[in-house]
Amino acid sequence: MPDRMYIIIVGAGKVGWNLTRELLDKGHEVTLIEDNRERYQTVEQELEHNIHYGDGSELWVLERAGISRADMVIAVTGDDEDNMLICQVAKEKYLVDRIIARVNNPRNREHFELLGIRPLVSATDLILRLIEHEVPEYGLVHLLDLPEQRLEIIEMLLPEDSKAAGQRVGELEMPEGSLLISVLRDGTGFVPNAETVLQPGDEILAVLDPTVEEDLTSYFGPTRRDVGNGARG
Amino acid sequence: MLNEGHEVSCLDEDPEAHARLEIELDRAWEDMGGQFTVGTALEIEALQAAGIERADVFVASTDGDNTNIVIAQIAKRRFNVPTVIARVLDPYRAEWYERQGLHTICPTRVAIDMLENEVRLAAKRAEGVVPQPGGVDAEDMD
Repeated sequence: MPDRMYIIIVGAGKVGWNLTRELLDKGHEVTLIEDNRERYQTVEQELEHNIHYGDGSELWVLERAGISRADMVIAVTGDDEDNMLICQVAKEKYLVDRIIARVNNPRNREHFELLGIRPLVSATDLILRLIEHEVPEYGLVHLLDLPEQRLEIIEMLLPEDSKAAGQRVGELEMPEGSLLISVLRDGTGFVPNAETVLQPGDEILAVLDPTVEEDLTSYFGPTRRDVGNGARG
Repeated sequence: MLNEGHEVSCLDEDPEAHARLEIELDRAWEDMGGQFTVGTALEIEALQAAGIERADVFVASTDGDNTNIVIAQIAKRRFNVPTVIARVLDPYRAEWYERQGLHTICPTRVAIDMLENEVRLAAKRAEGVVPQPGGVDAEDMD
């Protein structure tokens, strides 16, 4: 990340306002755009010339904010259509290198993807992610998703009756396109070698092609697939 | 469109909009072959219920430019509707999306053109090039 970027943020809600404040503190140049007069006036008292009044989905408003020299455009309004189009014109008309869009309604995610807009930030998805991480019974945690590169890193807890428990890493028959990269045991992590024996309760980290995820989870999962909730942990 | 023998399906989030369709119709909208679905256009299920998958033409004319531009692109890219038209009030954006291959109709542009024509015509009348409507002489303008 360059030391000093020019960033345009559309939408001065809690997210946009705080983001602007943080980025200004880090020394970046930021213009925030807000189309609600009252909200604009409130925020303007603090941010002064760093906030513009106007509808950020209108091209002339973006141009007045200097979009042609922006390094990054972030659309965090409460309206998904606005966020989609702001990012679409930023990317396709003004050739801005980096865009970030907020998804308010997770059901609209597919529309953002259809228009080629990414990365996406969705509060609902973030909370779901946290739940997955906090509640290990959920089975599988996605640590990193790179769908474009067809790669992901997952964390998975080996259940008592895992087929892989008791096996040497060298004997594992993991699905093609997956690789065991680390094991977390009793609070410490290590990189396994061929002689490492997996134990129930181990948390394994694997890098894999997303298409083999199901094969991998069933490989490391319980022996009987039809176990009820009571059999977990 | 119905009267010309086409099949028309309307999608609107307001159930009351159905009554508006029947203004000046002597029969019910459905009896004339029309279809009406309540829902918002960003819901894929609503678009499917309205029959987007077999549509020859898709018109996006809600009261929001941004909504129209988004759903028109969904109709085009996801459902491959052969003809897609979006109503966009903002002339600048209408022009840019038109250049990107999205067919837009801009009522603002149409109104500006009509008004400009009227003003030009008035200017010519004032110069006496064109006779005043209703036989009024140019001198009476002063």
